[in-house]
Amino acid sequence: MHSQLELTVQEALAAHGRRAEALLEILHSVQAALGCIPPEAVPSIAAALNRSRAEIQGVIDFYHDYRSEPGGRLVIQVCRAEACQAMGVQALETHIQATLGIGYHETTADGRFSLEPVYCLGNCACAPSLRIEDDVHARVTPEHFDALLEACADDGTDEQQPARHRESDEGGAGGTAPEASP
Amino acid sequence: MTLQIYVPADTTAAALGADAVARTVVVEASRHGMPIELVRNGSRGAYWLEPLLEVEDEQGRRGFGPVSPEDVGELMAAGFPNAGEHPLALGDVDDLPWLAQQTRVTFARVGIGDPLSLADYRAQGGVAGLQRALTLSPQGIVDEIKTSGLRGRGGAAFPTGIKWQTVLDAPADQKYVCCNADEGDSGTFADRLLMEADPFQLIEGMAIAGLAVGATKGLIYLRSEYPRARAVMDAALALARQEQVLGDDVLGSGKTFNIELRLGANAYICGEETSMLDSLEGKRGLVRYKPPLPAIEGLHGKPTVVNNVLSLAAASTILASGADAYEAHGTGRSRGTLTAQLGGNIRRGGLVEVPYGQTLGELVDGFGAGTHSGRPIRAIQVGGPLGTYLPAALLETPLDYEAFAAVGGMLGHGGIVVFDDSVDMSGMARFAMEFCAIESCGKCTPCRVGSVRGVEIIDRIRAGDQPELHLELLDELCDTMVDGSLCAMGGLTPAPVRSALKHFPEDFQRPVGPGGSYE
Repeated sequence: MHSQLELTVQEALAAHGRRAEALLEILHSVQAALGCIPPEAVPSIAAALNRSRAEIQGVIDFYHDYRSEPGGRLVIQVCRAEACQAMGVQALETHIQATLGIGYHETTADGRFSLEPVYCLGNCACAPSLRIEDDVHARVTPEHFDALLEACADDGTDEQQPARHRESDEGGAGGTAPEASP
Repeated sequence: MTLQIYVPADTTAAALGADAVARTVVVEASRHGMPIELVRNGSRGAYWLEPLLEVEDEQGRRGFGPVSPEDVGELMAAGFPNAGEHPLALGDVDDLPWLAQQTRVTFARVGIGDPLSLADYRAQGGVAGLQRALTLSPQGIVDEIKTSGLRGRGGAAFPTGIKWQTVLDAPADQKYVCCNADEGDSGTFADRLLMEADPFQLIEGMAIAGLAVGATKGLIYLRSEYPRARAVMDAALALARQEQVLGDDVLGSGKTFNIELRLGANAYICGEETSMLDSLEGKRGLVRYKPPLPAIEGLHGKPTVVNNVLSLAAASTILASGADAYEAHGTGRSRGTLTAQLGGNIRRGGLVEVPYGQTLGELVDGFGAGTHSGRPIRAIQVGGPLGTYLPAALLETPLDYEAFAAVGGMLGHGGIVVFDDSVDMSGMARFAMEFCAIESCGKCTPCRVGSVRGVEIIDRIRAGDQPELHLELLDELCDTMVDGSLCAMGGLTPAPVRSALKHFPEDFQRPVGPGGSYE
């Protein structure tokens, strides 16, 4: 496990040229491979870029995209910005939270979904919007959301790696790419 | 002739099902034995018609929309009829009043062809600006931008030519051109549309900026919320390098200009130029003190042009068509075209490019056709989350920088978000403070702490707890944020709050129960 993590970090560093200025890209690569940026990855990144561990951790904590602990296999981002509010995203987010049984910044108990707020997906002419992994959905109603959730279950990607991120300390987190969204 | 079928690959079109439409087109064409060529074009920005399918044959080009996968087979069987012959048939899309009444300059090419065909781009007048720039001196290019009257499209509206002049005049061994593509303002999507539908125009504009100021390196700071824009820009950059639009021998001139794309990581504050520069250096996106200006000490302490996507794109048009042609559009000190984005509760939302000077009402009622819900318009927020809320009574306000400043507003990046009469304006004021609390970089106290206090005070007002006292306190807090914040985040958050108070005071006078607060 630990060597797998080290390998992932070294791959990310090599891909972006071991430059401190490319830190955000390096962190994106590590997170794409591991589902999060584990605290054990920080010392290697810091050493390679000649930055302090505090500086690296500070960057991880500053940006909303990065997580130090594993999330769900699929990340659902709900846009809470003004254009989506004008189209009633409040009712939608209430429905989503009730359906998934979680609030923002939480992961479902089965490890399938993490729910995150986002402030604008650039889809403001057809609000409300949400994003599941890299797919944006427009004019989302509660019924539409339920159908999307079912499609996530139907396409099977959801079942392939049970609780991968949940058990990262037991060797479940390989260097595999995150699941493609439907 | 093989039938050409266009289905946009743009984020909003895809979010409305365009990818499924495209797949169905291929399946149905095969089933009908119809020879077709499928083109995934960019969107024209008429989002209310997406997915907008267009076909081109001997009769010309005609559109259908909004099309669902279920409609495709029927349209194909009917031979893709003309306007009036089918409920979805629109005829020639260029003739639709919604598009025909616009003045597309920066967005002239979007949605016409394949965004990743450099040949199409050249055929539609692309690269001509860069070619002309190569015949001019750096000062000659800067003078052209100055003459055009172009002002920064990111929101601050600073004259672009002056900024370029400062960088040109700053002696340095290395200079940079940084494109701010961290389009975080809610209600805006023009940068995204341009990058997804006409990426070469941005690349060309950056190369022109590089030639103008003597920079050999450009960076695009793109927000991570735009995965499709990233894919298109990555591919376009690779093609531009291959075709020597970028590289060590730009169009065979012997001049060097390279571009690197960097992804942000979801932080609104990184749209502030100095915060973006720190982020590009691999740091937390903390706002810097000014001076020094980025034009003198920017990325890695070197002179840096920081411009919005649309400002850089406009530079390619200005160089291609001439400064005078650009300057001929607009009014007063607002020259060229405004790229307004209609969003929120709007019937016909999308990108509207018009000369400065049209009224807010002409956009919202004219192009936008009122609210999506069909209810009366109550409030319009112009200029993103730090923009002013205006009541329907101010729809006559002309859209130019000075006229908007006169009503206490700002055009910002051109986002126009419409709300109907169900909106709770004290809730929106609270959200402005909440958003600032979430997205503040934390460097200065008025923004970091003021926004948290702002949420608390508005909650008390909404609960009916000593409202007079707390309204006075809120006013003082807003003064502190305006006067004491380091950047526009804390400095302008009071704008939506105060405008909500000014135009919709009744929403602060009735107590709202715990269930009514937005969280």
